[in-house]
Amino acid sequence: MTPRRVTLAHDADVAGWRAAARSLLAREVEPADVIWRVGREAGDLFADAGEDVESCEDPAPTRAIPRAFVELAERALLHSDATRFDLCYRLLRRVAAERSALDDAADPDVARATALAKAVRRDAHKMTAFVRFRAAGDGSFASWFEPEHHILEATAPFFVRRFAAMRWAILTPERSAFWDGRELTFGAGARRAAAQADDAMEDVWRAYYASIFNPARLKVAAMRSEMPRKYWRNLPEAALIPSLIAKAGQATEAMTQAAPTPAKRNPTRLRTPEGAPAPVGQPDSLAVLHEEIDGCRACPLWAPATQAVPGEGPKDASIMVVGEQPGDREDIAGRPFVGPAGALFDRAAAEAGLTRDRLYLTNAVKHFKFEPRGKFRLHRSPKVDEVRACAPWLARERALVRPKLVVAMGATAARAVLGAPVTVGERRGRVETLPDGSVALVTVHPAYLLRLPDREAQAREYGRFVDDLRLAAAYLDAA
Amino acid sequence: MDLAVKLSILADAAKYDASCASSGTDRRHSGPARPGGQAQGLGSTEGAGICHSYAPDGRCISLLKILLTNACAFDCLYCVNRASSNVRRARFTVKEVVDLTLDFYRRNYIEGLFLSSGIVRSADYTMEQVVRVAKSLRLDHGFRGYIHLKTIPDADPALLAEAGLYADRLSINLELPTEAGLSQLAPEKDARAVRRTMAQLRGRIEEAKAEARAPRFSPAGQSTQMIIGADDSDDRATLETSANLYGSYRLKRVYYSAFSPIPDASSRLPSKAPPLMREHRLYQADWLMRFYGFSVHEITEADGMLDLALDPKLAWALRHRGLFPLDVNRASREELLRTPGLGRTTVERILSARRFRALRVEDLKRMRAPLGKALPFLATIDHRPRVSVLDAANLRDRLVPPPRQLALGL
Repeated sequence: MTPRRVTLAHDADVAGWRAAARSLLAREVEPADVIWRVGREAGDLFADAGEDVESCEDPAPTRAIPRAFVELAERALLHSDATRFDLCYRLLRRVAAERSALDDAADPDVARATALAKAVRRDAHKMTAFVRFRAAGDGSFASWFEPEHHILEATAPFFVRRFAAMRWAILTPERSAFWDGRELTFGAGARRAAAQADDAMEDVWRAYYASIFNPARLKVAAMRSEMPRKYWRNLPEAALIPSLIAKAGQATEAMTQAAPTPAKRNPTRLRTPEGAPAPVGQPDSLAVLHEEIDGCRACPLWAPATQAVPGEGPKDASIMVVGEQPGDREDIAGRPFVGPAGALFDRAAAEAGLTRDRLYLTNAVKHFKFEPRGKFRLHRSPKVDEVRACAPWLARERALVRPKLVVAMGATAARAVLGAPVTVGERRGRVETLPDGSVALVTVHPAYLLRLPDREAQAREYGRFVDDLRLAAAYLDAA
Repeated sequence: MDLAVKLSILADAAKYDASCASSGTDRRHSGPARPGGQAQGLGSTEGAGICHSYAPDGRCISLLKILLTNACAFDCLYCVNRASSNVRRARFTVKEVVDLTLDFYRRNYIEGLFLSSGIVRSADYTMEQVVRVAKSLRLDHGFRGYIHLKTIPDADPALLAEAGLYADRLSINLELPTEAGLSQLAPEKDARAVRRTMAQLRGRIEEAKAEARAPRFSPAGQSTQMIIGADDSDDRATLETSANLYGSYRLKRVYYSAFSPIPDASSRLPSKAPPLMREHRLYQADWLMRFYGFSVHEITEADGMLDLALDPKLAWALRHRGLFPLDVNRASREELLRTPGLGRTTVERILSARRFRALRVEDLKRMRAPLGKALPFLATIDHRPRVSVLDAANLRDRLVPPPRQLALGL
C-alpha cells in the first residue's frame, strides 16, 4: 500500500491531526503506512514518497471515541517528541476497536502516551506559574518564556481569564501570543531581547523573595525539583539564589549564636475598656453556673471537645428535659439539641403540645464524647464515672430551675436523674415521684428513633415517644 | 520608611507560617461575562493552586505572605514578633498592602494575598484592619485572586462574617499540640478560644455550602498550624491533635512548622537547627491518616515518635511483615494502599491494568511504581520475595535511603 503523508500546519496543530486521523481511521489505514510531518519541515527522508491525505475529506462519522482518549491525545500531541502523532494514531485505532483499551495502564503505548501527557500538563502548569510580566511605559505588559513543549496556544487562554483587563504579550522562541483587551491572537516566535524593559517592581519583588526565605531551613534540592534550573534565567528573583544559599549558613549561625538580648521593656499591651464593669452575673444565676460548667475538668472529656454545652431555657421553666450528652452539632454551636436528634425532639414536642422555648433543655453529660474518624466524629456513650463526674452540674441546674417535672430521655439521662441504673423499656411512660419529692418521667432518647432501621418501627416508636411527651404537657402550665 | 524595607520586615515576620495553599476555592475569572463584553476586575482562580516561585528553603511562594504589622501585645516565646523581642517593627497602611498585592499580581508573581497581623490595641481592632484590606481589594479593585486571612482569636463574630465574605480561606493557628505547652510558652493565647473560633468557622462554612442564599463564607475552608519542636510534645500527641481538629472542624489542612531559629530568640527555647525531617515525617503521617485509612496508633512507633529514617508507611510495613508479600494480581485496593511505595494513582493503575493481564515486574515498572521500595512486599507472576528476605533482620537497613545532604548542591 502507498504510504499516506499528513502535513500538519504547525507543531500544536491538534485540529489538523484530529481531522487527518479521523479520515485515516475511516479508511482503516495501518499506522505503519502513515507519515506524519509538520509544515515546512526540511530534509524529510520520505519527502517524495507517499500521497497526501486530504484532511478536509471527512467521511461519515465513525465509531464514537471515548472522552478519555480525546483528553489524553489533546495533551500528548503537544509534546516535543516527534513520534507523538504516530503514537496517538496507533492508540486511536486501538481505542476505536476496543473502548476500554486505555484502562490497561501497563500497556507500553498507553504508558507512553500517559507519560507524554503528564509532561505537557506539567510544562503548561509551570508556564502559568513562571511567566513574569514586565510593565511597559504604555501600561501594557510583556513576558518572555521558553516552554519545553508546544503549549503556548493551549495555555494562553488562562492568561486571558486572569488578565482580561490588561494588554499583554507572551513571547516565546516558537510562537507569540497577544491580548489587546478584546482578542487573542498568535504570531511568529520572538527573541528574548524583545521583552527586556526595566520594571522597578522587580526590585520590590526581589526584596520580598529574599525576606520570605528562611536561611535556617535550606533545602536546595527541593527547590530545584519544583523550579528546575532551566526556568531560572527568566525569573527576576532567581538571580538572588546563589547568594542566598551562600549566606544561609552564616545567617543561621548569627541567629543561633547570638546572645539573648534583654527583653524589650514596656511592651505594648492590649487596651482594656476602662471602667467597664466585670461581666459577672448574679451569684447563683444560670449564667454563672454555665460559666462554671465550661471550666469543668472533673473528667477527661473536656480536652478533645470544643466547649461545654450547658442547659438552655427559662429559669422558671416548669419542665426540664434531660438528654444524654451534646453531639457534634451541639459541640460546635455550644447549645443543646440543635442537631438531628434535636430537630426530631422539636417536632415531637410540638406535636405533644410542648413548645421548646418554655422548656429547660439540658444533658446528663455536658461535654461531647467522641472518636475522630476522618472528617467526622463518632459518638461514644459516656461511661458511668463520667456521668457521675457531671452529676453535680445537673443537680445545680435542677436546684436553680426547680421544675415541676424532669423528663429523662434515654438510659444515661434516666440514670443521672433517678440516681440508679434504669431499663428505659420498663420504666418509660409513667410519671413517678422520686424519694426527694421531685417528679420524673422516663422516655427514649430521640437519637434512638433515628437509629431504628425500618420506617415502620420508626413511625411506631415515634408515636410512643409523642405519647410519653403528652404526659409531660400536663405539667406545662402547672405554675 | 521605604516600601521595600517595610516589606522586608513584614515578610520576615510572616515567614514562619508554613501555609501556602491557593487551591480549592470557587472558580472565578475576570474575562467578559459574554463574548465581546467588558473585562471585569483582575484575576482568576481555577481550582488548582499555583506556586509561582520557590525559595532555597524548598518552600513554595504562592501568595504575598505578610503581616499588616509586626507589633504585637502577645508574648509567645516561640514567635519572632513577641512583645518582648527587640526586632525592628513596621506597619503597612491598608492602601500599601492593596497596591502591593495588585502590583505583584499583575506581573504574575503571586496567586493572591495571605495577610496576618500582630495583635495591636484589641482583637477586634486588629481583625477590622485585616478585613479592610480584603474588602478594598474585592470591592474597590474587583480583585478575583486568592485571599487568605488570619483570624484573630475571640474577634467579634460580625467581623468574622465579613472576613469570610471576602476571603477564600481563613485560618487560626493552634501553634502547639497541647494546651499545657501553650500555657507554658504562650500565656496570653487561649487554646479554648482558638477552638471556639474554629467551631464558629466550621458552622459558617457549612451554612454557606448548604444554603444557596447564605452569604459567601471562606469557600476554600479553614486551616491551622502547629510548631514542631518548641515544646516537648511527641509525634503521637501532635497527630492526635490533628485527627481531633480534622474531625471536629473539618480543616482542609494542618500545617506543621519545624521550630526554627529566629532573630533575637528567647533564651528559654532550644536554639538549634529546625527538625526538618521530623516535620517531613509528620506531613507524611498526616497524609496517611487522611487518605490511606491509617490511624494515629498504627503509624507511630511504641515510643510515640515516627521513625526519622523511614517513611511511616514503610516503617508500618516492617512492623507488620506477616501481612506480606501481597499478590499484586489479587490484593484488594485497601491492601495495596498499605504497601510501601504504592500511592493512590499507582494503585488505581494496578487495579485497572490487571483486568487485562497478569502483572509482571516489567508492568509495574512501566506504571512507574517505585520498585526498590515496593518489591520486597509484593508478589507478581514472575517475582516472589523470598521469605528469608522479608524476615531478614537487616531488611530495615537495606531499605533506609542512603544519607543525602538535604541542603547540598546547585
